[in-house]
Amino acid sequence: MNEVSPIVAASSEAFDVQRVREDFPALHQDVHGKPLVYLDSAATTLKPQSVIDAVDEVYARDCANIHRAVHLLSQRATARFEEAREKVRAFLNASKKTEIVFTRGTTEAINLVSHSWGRSSLREGDEVLVTELEHHSNIVPWQILCQQTGAKLVVVPMTDRGEVLREAFENKLSERTRLVAMAHVSNALGTVLPVSELIALAHERGALVLLDGAQAVSHVDVDVQALDCDFYAFSGHKLYGPTGIGVLYGKERLLDKMPPYQGGGDMIRSVTFEETIYNDLPYKFEAGTPHIAGAVGLGAAIDYFSSFDAELIHAHENAVLHYATEALKAVPGLRLIGTAPGKVAALSFLMESAHPHDIGTIVDAEGVAIRTGHHCAQPVMEHFGIAATARASLGMYNSRDDIDALVAALRKVRELFG
Amino acid sequence: MDLRELYQEVILDHGKNPRNHRFPEPHNREGRGYNPLCGDKIALRLQLDGETISDVGFVGQGCAISQASCSTMTEAIKGKTVPEVEALFSKFHTMVTSDDGSDEDLEALGKLAVFAGVREFPMRVKCATLGWHTLKQALHDESGEAKTE
Repeated sequence: MNEVSPIVAASSEAFDVQRVREDFPALHQDVHGKPLVYLDSAATTLKPQSVIDAVDEVYARDCANIHRAVHLLSQRATARFEEAREKVRAFLNASKKTEIVFTRGTTEAINLVSHSWGRSSLREGDEVLVTELEHHSNIVPWQILCQQTGAKLVVVPMTDRGEVLREAFENKLSERTRLVAMAHVSNALGTVLPVSELIALAHERGALVLLDGAQAVSHVDVDVQALDCDFYAFSGHKLYGPTGIGVLYGKERLLDKMPPYQGGGDMIRSVTFEETIYNDLPYKFEAGTPHIAGAVGLGAAIDYFSSFDAELIHAHENAVLHYATEALKAVPGLRLIGTAPGKVAALSFLMESAHPHDIGTIVDAEGVAIRTGHHCAQPVMEHFGIAATARASLGMYNSRDDIDALVAALRKVRELFG
Repeated sequence: MDLRELYQEVILDHGKNPRNHRFPEPHNREGRGYNPLCGDKIALRLQLDGETISDVGFVGQGCAISQASCSTMTEAIKGKTVPEVEALFSKFHTMVTSDDGSDEDLEALGKLAVFAGVREFPMRVKCATLGWHTLKQALHDESGEAKTE
């Protein structure tokens, strides 16, 4: 009898994808008269019913502003908002709740660091290091910062498989590197960067490290203390939570010294026209009424995600990814873009006969939702000398059936375009 | 949803083998078009003699819809005057974005009427109009870049 690897055996026994699918109402609909096959989770994940209910309940029951009134509804809303912060802390394994700042998403979290830390810390000639595979959200804020401060943006090249290698990284690190801003997982290619190793190298040179975790949180384990990253940014809506809510984790000693990002309510302790005293962490960085329902929804998403053994989710997704990789390789004229060993959850590809945009429209008519375009990562496209790719990306609810549906839809592309 | 409505034979043919896919010499006008959503890029050059477009051609890369639209457009506008071309674009734009066009308008569009199916695919309107926006920019503004955003 053949031996079955324990992970595969465990995942098929303990991770029941059909039961998971029951939790996601958006999956149970027809598009263009065909059952929906959702393969665009890297853009946004669908939401389980428990998240939708949690958001509903904030508006239907606990609808009040937080940190303000003495009335009961406000107490309940405040408690739920702060419970969500504690859930995020535990999820990231941060040591303190004060290190968890709610933002609108990954993009705002990165901009917060670039405005607050960057403008107060960078000098002319300093260097900010990014990699070639970054999303525009982790390039443009640093470009703006460099223009404003006279610092220099330095880019670590990737390989043709879409990897960022230690040697290339070391070559670009210098005595002037003040910050490394890099993806934990690439959105266009699915590459998992060797961040632990790269963070240690950066720290040896005295540079801080910000990780863009938008594509990582649902696919790999994140432990900010073990990673020892200085900042970690992610979005709720890529972790089965609502849109419009995200998180910046920052080490307390860094956040403490950083000036506020935006001025407004909740971020102050006292205001006179002569002087304003800022609030404690994390409220110093949370000006204005936050997305209360969004934060509560993110808390519910973390509860949902954590009700599974994360290892089983990852093993299931990797099994589907492996199946999809082999299935796509067998499609005539199809070329995979991004083939880094150990990659997760995303398959970017090109077809000889059809432009990605046409592929997207044709498979959509078959009920299959994929992303087409440059994926807000134009330097990645530039590297491969292309304008766009088609990208299928996975969530915990995808199965081999979805991949079979994609491959069948790609057959239609070939029928039409030859 | 019938994909054949969108991908008509004429469109597939022009998408694969775009006509006037070269820069005309001489030329005195140029436009550049870019769709930031999908990365499609075209450059269009034409020779304007008085009010008449005597020659036109383009190079670029993009989806079947954008390439076929640009290709059929170059065929349709060669030899026409600027006001005639503007009237044609107006009818074309109405056709791909709404049901408001009249039968006479559709007739006036000739071969370009194969793009009528685009209006069922709102995400693809920008593909079908990229060439036309670039043409407009070439005719009216000798610098800059036409964007469909």
